[in-house]
Amino acid sequence: MTANSHTHHEPSYLEVKPRKGIWNWLLSTDHKRIGLLYLYSILIFFAVGALLGLSMKLELIAPGETIMGAQTYNGFFTLHGIIMIFLIVIPGLPAVFGNFFLPLMIGADDVAFPKLNLLSWYIYILGALIAISSQFMGSGPPDTGWTFYAPYSFQTNTNMLPAVTGAFVLGFSSILTGLNFIVTMHRMRAPGMNWMKMPLFPWTLYGTAWIQILATPIVGITLLMIVAERLFQIGFFDPALGGDPILYQHLFWIYSHPAVYIMILPAMGAISEVIPVFARKTIFGYKALIISTMAIAFVGYFVWGHHMFTSGMSGEALVSFSLLTFLVAIPSAIKVFNWISTIYKGAIHLEPPFYWALSFIFVFMIGGLSGLVLGSLATNVHVHDTNFVVAHFHYIVFGGTGFAFMAALHYWFPKIWGRMYDKAWANIGWLTFFIGFNALYFPMFYLGIIGMPRRYYDYLPEYHGPNILSSLGAIVMIAGLLIIITNLVRSTKSGEKAEADPWNGKTLEWKTTSPPPLENFDKQPVVDKGPYEY
Amino acid sequence: MYQGISNYSEGVDTAFMVILGISFAFLIGLTVTMIYFVIRYNKKRHPKATQIKGSTALEIVWTVVPTILVLVMFYFGWSGWRPMHDIPEDAMKVKSIARMWKFSFEYENGKTSEKLYIPKGEPVVLDLISRDVIHSLYIPAFRVKEDMVPGRTKQMWFQANKTGSFDLFCAEYCGLRHSYMTTTVEVLPQEEFKSWIADTTGVATAEGEEAKPGTAGKQIIERLGCVSCHSLDGTKLVGPTFKNLWGKTEMVTTDGDERQITVDKEYIKRSIYQPNVDIVEGYREGQMVSYKEELSDADIDAIVEFLKTIDEEE
Ligand code: HEC
Ligand SMILES: [Cu+2]
Repeated sequence: MTANSHTHHEPSYLEVKPRKGIWNWLLSTDHKRIGLLYLYSILIFFAVGALLGLSMKLELIAPGETIMGAQTYNGFFTLHGIIMIFLIVIPGLPAVFGNFFLPLMIGADDVAFPKLNLLSWYIYILGALIAISSQFMGSGPPDTGWTFYAPYSFQTNTNMLPAVTGAFVLGFSSILTGLNFIVTMHRMRAPGMNWMKMPLFPWTLYGTAWIQILATPIVGITLLMIVAERLFQIGFFDPALGGDPILYQHLFWIYSHPAVYIMILPAMGAISEVIPVFARKTIFGYKALIISTMAIAFVGYFVWGHHMFTSGMSGEALVSFSLLTFLVAIPSAIKVFNWISTIYKGAIHLEPPFYWALSFIFVFMIGGLSGLVLGSLATNVHVHDTNFVVAHFHYIVFGGTGFAFMAALHYWFPKIWGRMYDKAWANIGWLTFFIGFNALYFPMFYLGIIGMPRRYYDYLPEYHGPNILSSLGAIVMIAGLLIIITNLVRSTKSGEKAEADPWNGKTLEWKTTSPPPLENFDKQPVVDKGPYEY
Repeated sequence: MYQGISNYSEGVDTAFMVILGISFAFLIGLTVTMIYFVIRYNKKRHPKATQIKGSTALEIVWTVVPTILVLVMFYFGWSGWRPMHDIPEDAMKVKSIARMWKFSFEYENGKTSEKLYIPKGEPVVLDLISRDVIHSLYIPAFRVKEDMVPGRTKQMWFQANKTGSFDLFCAEYCGLRHSYMTTTVEVLPQEEFKSWIADTTGVATAEGEEAKPGTAGKQIIERLGCVSCHSLDGTKLVGPTFKNLWGKTEMVTTDGDERQITVDKEYIKRSIYQPNVDIVEGYREGQMVSYKEELSDADIDAIVEFLKTIDEEE
C-alpha cells in the first residue's frame, strides 16, 4: 500500500455515528474514540492542576502571605500532585496515544479487547472521582502532599483513604489497559511484522504495560493494610499502634518509583517516532533503543530506596540503592546518544513536532543529569526534600513526559483530526512554553542547592530572588500553553485539510487516510521491512 | 557557598563538583552537538539523508564510558557520605526533639534551648526524637539532614569548624506551619560554649524561684511549643487562643455530639492528655497530640495557674 492510494472515500471514524450525540463517544468501543475520551478528560484535569500550580507559584513570588493562607497552599500542592501524577502523567501517553495509535502502528483494526478498553476508561473516571471526592469528605481537603506519608496523614484525619483508594482504582484501569496492549501486540501485529519490525512507540508501551501489571498491586496491598490498621487497629504504619511509618514509605515508593518509568518510557517511545521522520532517516540503534527500554523497565524496579536516603535505612541498603540508581541512568543515556546520532547526516525538516522533540532531549538531559545528584549519597543528603527535588522531577515528569506529549500531539494531530494546525503559531507557542518552563524550574535547582526545603509556604528573604524568576517563568509558561491549546483547538475545526501522510512518515498509521476509517485500514497492510526505512 | 563550615563540607562539595562538572560537560556537549547537526544537516544543506542503521562499536563506547563515569560519581557520593554514617562514641550528646512546629534541644546537664548551641571543633551527636509526625532536621550550611521519625530513636552527628549562626530547617513536610519550623544553630568558640552550658539559670522547671504566679506554667508552654498553635494575645492560630480561656463557656464536639462546657481544670487536663476527645467549635481534630508523656499533674496545675493569670489581665 502506498500513502495516497485511496481513491474512494471510506467515512472516517469521526463520521461514523451510529448513536445519538454524546453516546457516540460514551459507548464507542473504537480505540480511536477511546483515546480521545482520555485526551479530553486529561486536558480538563490538567487545566485544574495547572491552575493550582500557577497559584502556588504566585503565592511564592514574595515571602509571607501573598494570595492565600498556609492551609490553602498545603491543600493546593496536595491536590496538584494527586491530579498531575495519578490522573495525568501515569495514564498520559499510553491511554491517549497508545490507545489511538498502537493498533494503527501495528496494522490492527482495534485493540484485542475493545469492550474492556472502554471499561478501563470508565474505571479511570471512577478512580478520578474517588480521588477528587477526597477533597470534599471528612473534615477538610487533604493537606498531606500526594505522598500521604504516615503518620501525618493519619493524624490530620483528612482523607487519606479515599485518595489511596482512588490511586488504586486508577492503577486498576492502567493494569487493564496494559493487559489489553500486551495481548494486542502479541496477537494482532500485521502479517510480516515480527517483533524486530515493530515500531519503538509500541515497544515502550509493551515495557510500560508490564510495569503497570507488576507494580500496581502494591498499591492494593498498601490500601488493604491501611484499611486493616484503621478498622482493626493492627499497627502497620502508625507508631501510636506500634507500626513503623518507614514501612509505609517503602510500599509507597515501590509503586511510585516504577510509576516514574511508566510516565517516561512511552514518552521516549514517542520521541523515537518523531526524530527519524523529521530527519528523513532510519532510527539509529533500533535494537539498542529496545534493549534500553527493557533495561529501564527492569532496573527501575529496584531503585525506590533513593527517595528515602535520610529516613534511616541501613548503610548497606543506602549504598545498594545508590549504585542501582546510577546504573539506571545508563540506558537513558544510551537513548539520548542514539537520538542525537539519528539526526546526524539526516535531511532535517524543522517542523513543530521536531522542535518539541529536540527540546524534549534538552530538558530530559537536565532532568536525568540532576537525577545523578540525587542518586549520589553525599549530595542527596543535602538536596533531598528541597526545591532541587521539585525541579528535578518537574524536568523529568513535566519536561520529559509533557514535552513528549506535546511532540506526539503535534505529530499525530493531522492523523487524528484530518486537519493541520497553524505551524507559525505552534512554533510561537512552543518557544514561549520552552522559555517559561526553564525560567520556572531551573531556578529551583539553585534554591535547593542553597538549602530551601520543598513544600514551604513561606521562606527566608535570602531565597527571594530565584523565587521571583521562577514565578515569572510560570506566568510565561502558562501563556505559552494558552497559545498552543488555542491554536490546536481552533485547527480541529478550521485547519487546512491534511493528507494521509503529511510528514512523510513510514510507520503504518500514515498508510491510511487522515482521519482513519473506523476499521483503520481498507486492506490489511503487510509489512516487509523495518519501521523507519527511508 | 559555605566552604568548610562542617566536617562534611569538603566531601559533599567535592561530590557536587564532580557530578555537576560531568553533568554540565555532557549537557553542553550534547546540546551543542545536537544544534550543530540540526543546522549542518538542514534539508537545504543536506537534502538527501544518509541512512545509517547503527554502529555496534559506538553502542559499546557509549555504554562503557557512561558506566565508568557513573561509577566515579557513585564513588564520590559514597565517600562524602560515609563519615555521616560512622557515629563517634564519645561525642557530646544533644537530645533534639521535634514536634509540630518547633524544635527543642536538651543538653546532658538538663539545660534546654530553642536554638541549637554547639561548640566549634567538637563532634556533636544529636539524638533525634519526634513527638508526633515525621520531621527532618536540616542544616544546609553543614550539608546534613536526617529524618526524625516517631517511634524510632535515630542519631546524626557532625562537627562545626566555623563559629557563627546557621539556619536549621524542618525539611519533611509536617503540616500547617511546616515552613515556620525553623531555628538556628549557634556555633560558639569552645570557651564561650562552656560558660553558656554551665549557666543553668532559667532552666525549664524554675522551681522555688517563682517570681509571680504562673511563671512556671508559662515556661512549660513556651518550652513545649504550645504557643505555636495557641496565642496568648487573642489571635486565632491553629488552635484557640489561651487568652481568657480560663472559666470560659464554649461549644465542643464530643463523639460527634455538640455540647457546652465550661473550661475548668478537668477540661484543661483532658484537652492536654486526650486532645481529640473534645473538639472546640471551629477547630480541626487531630492537630494537637497528647502530652501525657511529658506533662505531669503538677505541670498541668502550673499551666492552669498561668492560664488564670492571662485571664485576669483584662
Ligand atoms: C499543633 C498545634 C497544637 C499544639 C502544638 C498544641 N495544641 Fe492545644 N489545641 C490545638 C487545637 C487545633 C485545638 C482545638 C481542637 C481540639 O479541641 O482538639 C487545641 C485545643 C487545646 C485546648 C482546649 C482549648 C479550648 O479552647 O477549649 C487546650 C487547653 C490546649 N489545646 C492546650 C495545649 C497545651 C497545654 C499545649 C502544649 C503542651 C498545646 N495545646 C499544644 C492545637 C495544638
Ligand atoms: Cu516538621
